[in-house]
Amino acid sequence: MLRHLLLRSGSSLFALLIISMIVFSLSQLSGNPVDALLPDDATQEQIDTFIRDWGLDQPLWKQYMTFLGNAMLGDFGTSLKWPGESAMGFVLDRMPATLKLGGLAILISVVIALPLGIAAAYTKGSITDNAAQLFALLGQSMPNFWLGIVLIWVFSVWLGWLPTSGTGSFAHLILPAIAIAWFQISALTRLTRSAMLEVLDAEYVKLARVKGVPEWLVICKHAFRNAAVVPLTYFGILAASILTGSVVIESVYSYPGMGWVAIEAIRGRDFPVIQAVILAYAVIYMLSNLLVDLLYVVVNPRMHHG
Amino acid sequence: MAELSTPSRFSLRRLRNLPLVPIIILLVVFIIPAFFAQWIAPHDPYVPNLRARLQPPVFFGGTWEYPLGTDRLGRDILSRILHGAWYVMAVSMIGIFVGVVVGTTLGLIAGYVRGRFDSLVMRLVDISLALPAMLLALALAAALGASFLSVVIVVGFALWAYFARQVRAEVLLLRDSDFVARSLVAGSSHARILFRHILPNVVNTIVVLATLQVGIAIMLDASLSFLGIGIPRPTPAWGLLVSDGRDFIATDWWIAFFPGLAIMLTVLSVNMIGDWLRDALDPRLKQF
Repeated sequence: MLRHLLLRSGSSLFALLIISMIVFSLSQLSGNPVDALLPDDATQEQIDTFIRDWGLDQPLWKQYMTFLGNAMLGDFGTSLKWPGESAMGFVLDRMPATLKLGGLAILISVVIALPLGIAAAYTKGSITDNAAQLFALLGQSMPNFWLGIVLIWVFSVWLGWLPTSGTGSFAHLILPAIAIAWFQISALTRLTRSAMLEVLDAEYVKLARVKGVPEWLVICKHAFRNAAVVPLTYFGILAASILTGSVVIESVYSYPGMGWVAIEAIRGRDFPVIQAVILAYAVIYMLSNLLVDLLYVVVNPRMHHG
Repeated sequence: MAELSTPSRFSLRRLRNLPLVPIIILLVVFIIPAFFAQWIAPHDPYVPNLRARLQPPVFFGGTWEYPLGTDRLGRDILSRILHGAWYVMAVSMIGIFVGVVVGTTLGLIAGYVRGRFDSLVMRLVDISLALPAMLLALALAAALGASFLSVVIVVGFALWAYFARQVRAEVLLLRDSDFVARSLVAGSSHARILFRHILPNVVNTIVVLATLQVGIAIMLDASLSFLGIGIPRPTPAWGLLVSDGRDFIATDWWIAFFPGLAIMLTVLSVNMIGDWLRDALDPRLKQF
């Protein structure tokens, strides 16, 4: 079990290292790193200091080491588009907003998808089951940015219940979180349903019923605990699509989180911020994957002695 | 379990009970427009016509002249969607093709030669699966600017690992089967065994997996164009069309609504066809 976790974290760390190399090469690929990383009106003195500080007169691998060292300390230089802000500081400022949105999206998906999947499996072939499956099929085919716009149209413009965009209150979070969650609800419902179907046929579930265990307890305790492993393996993918979703949906709702910063920074060719935001996303992603691995071990007793 | 049954050969006889409704939707919304847009589109998708600005769709106060309405510059939404289909198809097909070729080749060789090359490929698969495609897309857009090529790279990158992993797993099984041993004894070269004997046995898997990935590729491409880091303007890629209408949803909803509907119908029908193909050809791929 420990070996498994170590292997997984090793793989994640290596992926992180690759990302840092890609991010480092960004400013190289775009031409001259000095142009990419300093404002246009920088003085010769500023340029010289910058070259010395970041070792730009050194060979490439040394430059990368300097970059990596600075990156570990959270130093990516200063933003070009938002003058006076340190690149990483600016990104960290926006991180809580994104985590809040992503957290709410995960909560919504789990709260809706697990009961829906269980109900669909339990009533296999019924109207509930068919409706759940249709919903899942539609949900997986809907582009989230389009859904976000349609939600604004219906709930903000027509009904006037919720704000169209921006941030400030809990009400501002609801539409973007639903837009992000929609796809995961569909995927998670399908997975839960098929996992439950398999388990409901198992001998120990029949035995529990024969013993006279109440039906809800059979479903919740005996069946679902065993089926839960399957949806959980999906959570790693879930983290990635929540991340992607946040980039897209924050842009739809002008919600000032990390995703919004990333797109604005790319539009403004603000390389220090782009580098910082991509690495910040990567770290969040790796950590959430690690958390999933841990949960997996907790839920799946067979892993304890692996 | 999946590991016990050997893969089966591709055969057209298994393709019964065609899912007609999704196929028709796909033809009407996606495939026919992609190839024949210039003949069937009623208007030019690029030329502004300010006298026809913001016409609503037919049945919503508009006319049959512009069935799905017009945008701020008076361009026909229907014509733009029809012309956009080509870009959506080109980028997703080429992206998947890149993913299939890279993934299948690496998976075939890794499963066949095993050993150090195999562990190297599997490490790369792990790393690739641990890297969200969106991050790569952001990085590429920042470094090289968004282009057709950058989207193809992102789509290919997002998909190759799934092919490599699945193909490798099946080749590992096939490698030990009798027909491989016999061909070796009969003097076949390794290349011949790989491409003449083993490859045909994994074609089913590749076809099913590729079909199931089309929806993912289209969605990824649409998201990138929506964000302005996909195929650049003025191409009427569907994601760009939705983003054109975003700020006008309160008054002129049709600008964003119909292109999004086109994406949804396309992905929906592709997914249904993919599910059917999987059940018909390779039910072992149920987890995808």
